[in-house]
Order: sequence, then structure tokens, then C-alpha cells
Amino acid sequence: MSPQLPDPQRQIWMFTQMLRIRTFEERVKRTFTEHPGVIRGHTHLADGAEASIVGSLSHFRDGDAALATYRCHGYPLVLGSDPKAMMAEIYGRAAGLCKGLGGSMHLTDVTRGFLGTSGIVGAGIPHAAGVAWAAQIRKQGQVVLCFFGDGASKQGAFHETLNIASLWKLPVIFVMENNGYNVVTTSAQEDANAAAGEPLSVKAKSYVMPGVTVDGTDPIAVYQAVGAAIERARSGQGPTLVESKVYRLSAHGNIIAPPGVPLHYPEHEAITVFGKREEYEAALRGDPVPRFRGVLVQSGVLPATEADNLSAQIAHEMQAAVTFALNSPFPNLDSALEYNYA
Amino acid sequence: MAQIPYIAAIDAGIHQEMRRDASVLYFGQNLATTENHAFVAAYGSDRVRVTPISETAEIGIAVGAAMAGFRPVVELYMAEFMLVAMDQVINEAPRFRYMSGGQVAVPLVLKAGYGFTAGWAGQHTGSLTALFMGVPGLKVVVPSTAADAKGLMATAIRDDNPVVYLHHYMLTLEAGEVPDDEYLVPFGKAEIRRAGGDVTIVATGWMVPRALTAAEQLAKEGIQAEVIDPRTVVPLDLETILRSVDKTGRAVLVDQAPRHASVSALIAADIAEHRFGMLKAPVVQVTAADTTIPYSEPLEAHVIPDEARIAAAVRRVLK
Repeated sequence: MSPQLPDPQRQIWMFTQMLRIRTFEERVKRTFTEHPGVIRGHTHLADGAEASIVGSLSHFRDGDAALATYRCHGYPLVLGSDPKAMMAEIYGRAAGLCKGLGGSMHLTDVTRGFLGTSGIVGAGIPHAAGVAWAAQIRKQGQVVLCFFGDGASKQGAFHETLNIASLWKLPVIFVMENNGYNVVTTSAQEDANAAAGEPLSVKAKSYVMPGVTVDGTDPIAVYQAVGAAIERARSGQGPTLVESKVYRLSAHGNIIAPPGVPLHYPEHEAITVFGKREEYEAALRGDPVPRFRGVLVQSGVLPATEADNLSAQIAHEMQAAVTFALNSPFPNLDSALEYNYA
Repeated sequence: MAQIPYIAAIDAGIHQEMRRDASVLYFGQNLATTENHAFVAAYGSDRVRVTPISETAEIGIAVGAAMAGFRPVVELYMAEFMLVAMDQVINEAPRFRYMSGGQVAVPLVLKAGYGFTAGWAGQHTGSLTALFMGVPGLKVVVPSTAADAKGLMATAIRDDNPVVYLHHYMLTLEAGEVPDDEYLVPFGKAEIRRAGGDVTIVATGWMVPRALTAAEQLAKEGIQAEVIDPRTVVPLDLETILRSVDKTGRAVLVDQAPRHASVSALIAADIAEHRFGMLKAPVVQVTAADTTIPYSEPLEAHVIPDEARIAAAVRRVLK
């Protein structure tokens, strides 16, 4: 695709989706303090990655597929999943997207093309290639968006899959959301390219596919970069690796604690581990959501009053999701054994 | 009905399903490297592909293709090669249906040989069956005859779940009668290979012919052994085993795996729990020793169950 700019209506849609992700994630995070014990286990938020997620999914068509990781709340929101069902899943309720069997790390909505989320770093990358093989056989021009983090690019699954995807010219776009940290380890500590000052997209060179690095906090830049990769994939030219540089605005996940200890989100690792408060604050100043709002307001695409109305509507939508999920019953105990086998 | 080797029967099962269902894919290492390859020639290179030595990607790609509506069969050659990709086998393929609340199915077949105790030493000779048996979401198939090799493969391909299809390398060239026409063997139905009223012997894979040979020797001593081949260990036809134990009151369980990683240990526990009152003697397991398989021929033979050890165990429970 000629990386054209999205039209004004599309830009407003993109901002709306970014704000929905941000607001949803804020409500997830607030649940830990407002309703302690309601969210169990480990939860990972997409705040900071909104522009990357929305810019990538703006090109999604019916029949395309997306697969992601345990940091998976953003994608289904954009693809049309009901935030009530998503929140109910995160709260472990019967009305959840996955009937309360998957939880925060495994949101799946097949009817929206969101096929699966593995909680094991890198493991979903070959799944996306398998879905892309299916698309290649069907010859309907479908593509697969494969989302993962920078940490996954050190897994064998990443390298094995990029090799095969290139060899077979599979219609898959590998979107690496590089948030600079693999949990609490910086990229430069664990990635030879990063340590040498290279962008991680250079890894694509080993597999004879285009590798591009894009500012993942700019939805238009992501829209253009992923759009070009999707066009390439749809026309049968094979995969692309897109490194989308984002900054996760929350810690990797909520604290990992034994039963009895209330879960909560600590401060970002830049502060708690590395003492780099300035790095974190710079990221906050570059927060993609208010930044894109500013761009749209300034260019006249979205009047400030309408932007405010949008915020109010979305706050209401996500409050309704929380209320719905809190009031939803837990699953029937029989359902614990129902889905092991088809 | 033709007399064909076990290995050819497996191929016959794959052909049967690929002919009738365009969603069946077949791929793996060193497979289909020329257009003359029988499967490529018949079904084309969209559906039959060679892969690099990348088990994680191979099995992971199968998971994705299955989620997208295809029925992949992955040629893995050796069960141990699955160990390279254990996350995909144990923690990916069998999890997605469950974690999605039933939204997806993952119909795939992981085809791998096992138990190659013909001098392949420590890393290509394992009997890993029980490892997969403990993974809810997986089905596990262990054919011991050519007919079952075909029929169980076809059923595995039609099954809507991930199936670990373990063919025994020592049986590769064993020929047997195999139906030419469409043939399916149901999962979860044990086969009574030999009827007898004195003792129940349960065995899988290569241990089945060894158990049958032992049973013939014992018959000369007036002992009638019933030999049961579960054929699939997930699902396991415990009912047929327990019904036999009801009759005989004695059970000898034969397994090529080390004792503490064996299917027999799991069956022994079920017999003890459900038929304790019926047993006239303790359940005896004839398994491999808890050891890495040695290379040297006499040592290899020493650690693997054979006919003499099976017969001795039967005599012991009949004392």
C-alpha cells in the first residue's frame, strides 16, 4: 500500500481506539485497589503501546487474523470485542470472553479474528505462521498480524519461524513491540544488536525479509509502516519484521505474590530497579494518547470539545464493563472439565 | 486385504485421509524434497512440505494451521525430537481449546517413532509415552500392528484434538493384514490379542509381540494368559483391562519405559484402586530398568523387558 495517511474520520477512529485501550487498562489497574482479590494471578497492561496496536490493526480486514501474547488486552478491543466480556474474563466470570477459563493472559475472540494468545514468550510466533500458511493455501489475500515483544526475539521460536516464513513467503507481519525491557532486563543487557546500538529490526536481514523500525508512539507512523508490510504480504511477497518502539507506562505486570498478599502494580522498573526516574518521566511526557489528541485537535480534525465528549463516553463504556463484570456470576463448576477435548 | 509392513500401513492411513479431505497437511524434515515424492505428487506442495530442522516452528506452525481450520500431520521421525519443542507439544497445542473456553479446536497429529532399541544408544531409544499421557488435552496412540497403524492414523487425523501418534521403530518392517478400503480404528478400544483366564497381561507397541510369545510359552506349561493391547493410552480403555482382571485376578503389566515413567505404573494404580479386592496376587510390572539405554548389545537387551522376563513374572503371580 502506498502508505497514505488515514482520512480524518479514520484518524478519529484511531484516537478513539487508543483512548478505549488506555481507559480499559486504567480500569484493570484500578481494580487492584478498588476491588482487591477480584483479579488473580498475573496481569500485563498495554498502556504506552496504544498507538502501535491501533496503527497496526487499522488495516485489518474480515478474514485476517491477529495473534498476540499475554499482554493482550488492547487488540481485541480494537477488533470489536465487547469490553464487558473482556473485563468479565479478567475477573474470572462465566460471561467472560473465554468463559473464565483463560483470564487476563489468554484473551481470545475467534469471531473477531483474534485467534489466540500464548503466555509463553515467543511461543505464539509459529502459531501465527501456521495461520498464515492456511491463508496462503486459501489464496483469499488474507494476512496474519503476529504481535510479540522484544524479549521474544531471543527465543528460538522467533528465529525458526522467521526463517520458514521467509522461505515459504507466508503472508504474516511480525510486529515486535519493543518496550526496551524484557521484564526487568534492558534490551542492551540481553540483545547483541541492542548492545551494539543497532535497531532490532536488523534481525530481519538474517531471514531475507524487510526489517523496519518505527516510532510506535506515533499511530500514523505505525499505520504507514505496518500498512506497507501488509500490502506486501497480501500481494504474496512474504513477511516483514516491524520493530515498533514503544514505552510501557506500567510495570511489566502486577507484583507476583503468594496468597494473602494484596496484588498491586509497582512503579516502572526504570525507577524501581534502575533508578532512572527521568527516563520514565520523559516517556510520560511523550505519552502517545494525549499526544495524538493534541495532533488531532491542533490540525482541526477533532475539536477539543468533541475529544472531551469522547473521553466521557469511553469512561462510561469502561465503567459499564467493570460493573457488568463485578456483577457477573462465576462459571458453573462443571465447566472446569468441559473444554480439555473437542 | 493385503499383507503390508507397519511403516507402509502408516503411509496408507495418511494417504486415505489426504485423498478424502483437502484440509489435511503433511510436513516435516527431509520429507518431500522432490516433486516425485509420493505425497507431493498426489497432493501438491501447498499441502506437503519439507521443513528445516526446527521442531518448535514445525509444531507451532501445526498449531496455528489447526486453529485456522486445517488438519496438519507433522512428521517428527523420533519421539525425542519432540523434546526440543516440548513447550509446543505440552503447553501450547493442548491448551488453546481450554484457555479459549472452547472457541478453537487444534486438530493435529504429531507422528514420531520411539523405542528404537537397535543400537541407537541413549538419545534415540526412549519410550516417552507416559510423559504425554499426563497432559490433559492430548490424545496418545501406540499402534502395535500394521492394521492398527493405518486405522489409528486415520482416526488421529479425523480427531479434533492434538494427537501424539507413536509408532514403534522395532515394528517398522513387521507385515500384517491391512484392509485396502477406508479403515478406521476407534480410540479408547483395547484389543484382546489373546484370550486366557489365568492372568491378564497388558502391553503396548513392541511389547505386544513379546507378550504374545511369552503367552505361547506359558500355554505349554498349562497357563492361559490374556494379552490386552490398549492401542491408545489416551483415551485408555480401562474397562477392558478391569474386566479381564475380574476374570483372572492377576495382572502383569509390560512396558518398555523405565518403571517410574511408564504407562504400566499408571495402569497399576488404577487396578489397585478399583480391583484391590479381586486380586489374588500383587500386580507385577515388567518394565525397562530406570536407566539411560546403553549402546552395547548385551547391555541393551539386559535392561529391556523380554519374553523370558514376562513369562517369569507371570509364573510369579501364579505361585
